[in-house]
Amino acid sequence: MKQASPTRQRLTALSLIGAPLLTYPMLNLPSGDLAGIPAQFFYLFGIWAGLIALAAWVAEHKGK
Amino acid sequence: MLSGWFILLLSTVYMAILFAVARFGDARADAGKSIISANVYALSLAVYCTSWTFYGSVGRATSGGLSFLTIYIGPTLMLLMTGVILKMIRISKVHRITSIADFIASRYGKSQLLAGLVTIIAVIGVVPYIALQLKAISASLDVLLLDSDAGFLPWWLDSTFLIAGLLAVFTILFGTRHLDATERHEGMVAAVAFESVVKLLAFLAVGLFVTYGMFGGLSDLFQRAAASPELGRLLQLDSSRAGTWTAMILLSGLAIIFLPRQFQIIVVENVNESHLKRAVWLFPLYLLLINIFVLPLAIGGLLHFQGQPFNADTFVLTLPLSRGAEGLALLVFIGGLSAATGMVIVETIALSTMVCNDLVMPWLLRSSRIGASKDLSRLLIGIRRAAITLILLLGYIYFRAAGEAYALVGIGLISFAAVAQFAPAMFGGMYWKQGTRAGAVAGLLGGFAVWLYTLLLPSFARSGWIGNSFVEQGLFGIAGLKAQALFGMSGLDEISHSLWWSLLVNLGLYIIVSLNSRPDAVEAGQAERFVDVFRHSTQETDTRIWRGRASMDELVNLLERFLGPARAQQQLSIFANERGTTNWRNLPADADLVHFAEAQLAGAIGSASARVMVSSVAQEEEIGLEEVLDILDEATQVRAYSRELEAKSQELEEATTELRAVNERLRELDKMKDDFISTVTHELRTPLTSIRALSEMLHEDPRMELNDRKRFLGIIVSETERLTRLINQILDMAKLESGRAEWTTSEVDVRDVVRESMDSLGQLFREKGVALSGELPETCPLVMADRDRLTQVMINLLSNAVKFVAGETGKVHVRLSADDERVRIEVSDNGPGLTADECTVIFEKFRQGGNTMTDKPQGTGLGLPISRQIVEYFGGNLWVESEPGAGANFIFTVPLPGPEEQQ
Repeated sequence: MKQASPTRQRLTALSLIGAPLLTYPMLNLPSGDLAGIPAQFFYLFGIWAGLIALAAWVAEHKGK
Repeated sequence: MLSGWFILLLSTVYMAILFAVARFGDARADAGKSIISANVYALSLAVYCTSWTFYGSVGRATSGGLSFLTIYIGPTLMLLMTGVILKMIRISKVHRITSIADFIASRYGKSQLLAGLVTIIAVIGVVPYIALQLKAISASLDVLLLDSDAGFLPWWLDSTFLIAGLLAVFTILFGTRHLDATERHEGMVAAVAFESVVKLLAFLAVGLFVTYGMFGGLSDLFQRAAASPELGRLLQLDSSRAGTWTAMILLSGLAIIFLPRQFQIIVVENVNESHLKRAVWLFPLYLLLINIFVLPLAIGGLLHFQGQPFNADTFVLTLPLSRGAEGLALLVFIGGLSAATGMVIVETIALSTMVCNDLVMPWLLRSSRIGASKDLSRLLIGIRRAAITLILLLGYIYFRAAGEAYALVGIGLISFAAVAQFAPAMFGGMYWKQGTRAGAVAGLLGGFAVWLYTLLLPSFARSGWIGNSFVEQGLFGIAGLKAQALFGMSGLDEISHSLWWSLLVNLGLYIIVSLNSRPDAVEAGQAERFVDVFRHSTQETDTRIWRGRASMDELVNLLERFLGPARAQQQLSIFANERGTTNWRNLPADADLVHFAEAQLAGAIGSASARVMVSSVAQEEEIGLEEVLDILDEATQVRAYSRELEAKSQELEEATTELRAVNERLRELDKMKDDFISTVTHELRTPLTSIRALSEMLHEDPRMELNDRKRFLGIIVSETERLTRLINQILDMAKLESGRAEWTTSEVDVRDVVRESMDSLGQLFREKGVALSGELPETCPLVMADRDRLTQVMINLLSNAVKFVAGETGKVHVRLSADDERVRIEVSDNGPGLTADECTVIFEKFRQGGNTMTDKPQGTGLGLPISRQIVEYFGGNLWVESEPGAGANFIFTVPLPGPEEQQ
């Protein structure tokens, strides 16, 4: 069998990690606010941005 | 005040720019210099963000807080599943898939029934969505023109209709340039990417204006919202809606690949598979950016219009207008127009291809109407153009009819739920060979029926078009059949409720029916090729499972009719070139040609119709299911064998290289042996010759003087000694090298060895007047070694040293030191020193320091090699550090025993 490329596997892993992080019950964790901005707003956009940054790094990373 | 004419002019200018961009994109594509880069591809995916995102998200956020984000998180997660999307793209390229209906139909045996079914679901599901875009344009125009004269156009012509007309013209111009639907519409993609940039900039501009211009920034907005109990609710996620949250992520994740326009952009318009790598992060980044200011805008709108009537869906327009920022409002209007037009254009192209290939063509082919016509390609293009116009018209009629019946957000999700019905047949088709046509039809029909009953009809009921008793009391008054609480399931919102039931029914039917039905031969072959697309991408198996007779003339005639004569001949020439013939007329009418013709037709009229057409001119022999499976299986096995063979031959090659290396080494050893023997005999002959010469002289001259006699005998004795020593050392060397030497290993104090050697050679040093000094530490750890052998090494080094230093001024110094791991002995002298070359050469057998050609040999040339062998036997090293004129420093180490050996 042909091996799936490591990049593809890493991206899929990101998706599988992202799914629980961006749904309940994880979303119940952040509470209160930071500098007047609700923590949940920060959490959602933060995790999302983190996933995008990691995906960009994995996808654009040259070589194996 | 904004004049109606001015806005219409602006819209027209904007559309003209779009035409220019698309024209440019097409011109570049025709010139072979595609402008579709990875970035353009990623941006064109943002056709996902329609006016529903642009206007509707804010409206949704005013009621649901952050929950609007699920619609964008789902696509992010789905896109990261690159393997799935890549497989879709690869399958579509191999099979020349033109639409999602074609994909499903082709997988399940090129079934016209399935293609039609998928098309109908897509049209019913998506036309309201197109209507929604028109409504958004109309609503935004209403807001801009609120106070101006609404009657600037005659009553029979309204601005939305004008825009719909412009869109139809655009789509027809750039969406139906080629008949071959698998060919890309690069101009259209470029225009869509351009629109994506416009809408993002417009939305960010209004977000920044409201957040930082009208209010004091993000935290100010959030704090003012938190102060009001009603708005504070929006800032908190409602954990009781956890199920809805997850359902929305699933729904939007499916929509991003199954909405006809998304399938068109992601799969059909994909130029290069590697572009996906950029899209996988750039598109989610786009989604993130366009969503940052949604909640701030919603809160800002609610705060600003407190106590006044307002429409949350148009906050992005009314907020800047309320501050007199008309320029910004116009930019926002253009942004919204971009969002709406991009979606309408791509969706219409995708739907028109499906309608033409999967609804109209099968009907035309069945009726005999087209039998007479010679060139059908014009007719096909005409059908596609009519379909575009019809779909836009349907959307417009729906928009006029539905009017204000729904909130903007409602329709979008209903469409999502409709296309989510494709999921079981699609995923099953790509990963499960057992999935059958019957299963797919049953699943799609079941899921679609449930969607219709629980989502679409209730939305009609809410508009008052049909009675709502089936929602309130249940069908026939049965409470278990309440449309939005099937079997008493309540507590879910209508979308999650419908998604859950429809997917349950869909997936259940798909699996159960698939397991209980048998695929026919075509279907089994397609299943194999779809699921194992990465192994079957060559055409070799395709031609092997077709057997029959075809006539060249008829096939060419068929191609000419559907593709047009010019294009058909062009494609035939390309095909002939690939097969090494210059004239396509000489091609044999074999399975390859039939397959080629079918693929060409599939690109134009869809796989299902193509199959029908080809089998109408080629007499295909029926091949049984078993045989197809055998052939495919065989192909797989052949591949497996060839892989095995490849591995074997590689192994063989490695073994050969190894053998060659060993052979080389053996030759070298053989040569060394020869060299050794000739050197040894030479070394032995020198003393023998002198002994013999002197003995002969003594023998022949009995009257020789006693003094001479004594001198000669002395020389004979010393030469004999040298001979003996030489022979002993050769024997020693041989024993060491063959590993037969005897070793008596015991605990040895190296200081004793050094002292003893120095003592035993003391006389030699004194005779030559060389100063010998030692430097021994107070204590020294014991090593495991053969005491006599170590002494032999030491004596060898010392006697070498004394040999090479000058008499009277010579100095030899011995230093012993020890650390945790080893004992180190240095023997340094102030002799002539060695060059770097000599430092290595002297450890070779029979090589001596000094010039052996002129000087009398001072040793046997075996001492150092033997010493090195001995030291290495104990795990140590022997080397020399020296420079010419600076003396030589011979060093050897003996390792200390490890802790476990000490015990």
